[in-house]
Amino acid sequence: MAIEFPQELKYVDTHEYLRVEGDTVVIGVTSYAVEQLGDIVFVALPEAGEQFNRGDSFGSIESVKAVEELYAPVSGTILAVNQAAVDDPSLIGVDPYGDGWLVIVRLGDTEELSETLSAEEYKERVGVET
Amino acid sequence: MSETLKRTPLYEHHRRLGARLVPFAGWEMPVQYSGITAEHLAVRTAVGVFDISHMGKLALTGPGITGRLDRLVPSNLAKLSPGQAQYTLLLDEAGGILDDIILYREEEDRWVAIVNGATSDKDRTWLSNHLKEDVLVDSTAEQVLLALQGPNAQAVLADVTGADLAALGRYCHCRATVLGAPAFIARTGYTGEDGFEIMLAAAAGVQLWEALLAHGVLPCGLGARDTLRLEAAMHLYGQDMDESVTPLEAGLAWLIDWSKPEFVGHARLRAQKAEGVTRRLVGFEVEGRQPARPGYAIVADGRPVGTVTSGTVPPTVARPIGLGYVSAELSQPGTPIAIEMRGKLVNARVVKRPFYRRFP
Repeated sequence: MAIEFPQELKYVDTHEYLRVEGDTVVIGVTSYAVEQLGDIVFVALPEAGEQFNRGDSFGSIESVKAVEELYAPVSGTILAVNQAAVDDPSLIGVDPYGDGWLVIVRLGDTEELSETLSAEEYKERVGVET
Repeated sequence: MSETLKRTPLYEHHRRLGARLVPFAGWEMPVQYSGITAEHLAVRTAVGVFDISHMGKLALTGPGITGRLDRLVPSNLAKLSPGQAQYTLLLDEAGGILDDIILYREEEDRWVAIVNGATSDKDRTWLSNHLKEDVLVDSTAEQVLLALQGPNAQAVLADVTGADLAALGRYCHCRATVLGAPAFIARTGYTGEDGFEIMLAAAAGVQLWEALLAHGVLPCGLGARDTLRLEAAMHLYGQDMDESVTPLEAGLAWLIDWSKPEFVGHARLRAQKAEGVTRRLVGFEVEGRQPARPGYAIVADGRPVGTVTSGTVPPTVARPIGLGYVSAELSQPGTPIAIEMRGKLVNARVVKRPFYRRFP
């Protein structure tokens, strides 16, 4: 898929995105991350109920050649985990912003959202023309 | 500090194709063009082409050289006829593996050696020290080496050469013209498919690359080269074996002709054969989806018993597989083992190799 950064989402330097819906956030990896990784073969995700602080590793994502950590872009509690992506990691590569979402989190501290990046800011960080 | 990486004659072509370039063995090489999975599957189902010009290319000649070369490897080279080749090992006096190589006998006393890119300086030095009376010419930088691999490789190559490819058997080679230029063609490869490795002067090699791509052959990089060879259970020197390992430990005892009276490392191998090895390189398959990676510990009965040397989830086999060393008593296919993967123990099993066969 083409590299794109939907305007309505928030982003972080470690290449996770956030879809904020009140005090819950859908988190996944960006299409830039997916493009860099190549064909995704495995994703390790936490269980519902686990808590993370911003910056903690909450899992990992692996391609044929690489292992990358997943970093919590905000603090919170895991509400749901995308089992479909665990069962078929190729979903993440095909539709990272839709069916390839990874976890849903209840936000611990809404102030942390102010430290995330807009689509424009993230696009500049990764230096990609979209 | 930046290292100056070497570039093959095809470097600009790779750049223009948008290849992802990485340092490998001191060279700046394409790891992928369209994607590892696509390239891997192209080789398994149709045909792909790899630029492997980084590999060492040596010509060895001299009256009686065969006897001297024969003493540097555990295989019996004297029995090869001109036009035949042998996958073998350079060993040191301790029986340790210096490199895995292919030796091609062109004439009674004229050989071509293709060696790994990472070890070509070491190999050239070793060979010239042991073949002092002979002529060794290193044409690594002057020649292009392409690997054309896949079930359609012969059909594609037949369009650009008059050589009788149907008559060229596996591990055989010949000299022929390809697109009007002199070339060395060998039916060898590192993928587990039918295919050819073609060596020719740089300019002719570039022309051949362009013609193959114009023919619709997919360019393939080192990423796919690694997944293909792992499925075929072919070893990667420097990862699956090195100087600290003997052929008996590395599962390459089949290369040893024990009836040869003398070769470097011979005494140590005889002793090890009598004592028995304490560890062995095995193939394994992991339960679940998580890939094993080089360096992950192999565990059995709660104790560490070895280490993964190669591992991934490759596109055709589509399950986590790998190679690694285990205690010799655990090396039988079917033996249950576990792999420590990022803090978790995951069950696995020693399995027979190869993991993929062209014709099951």
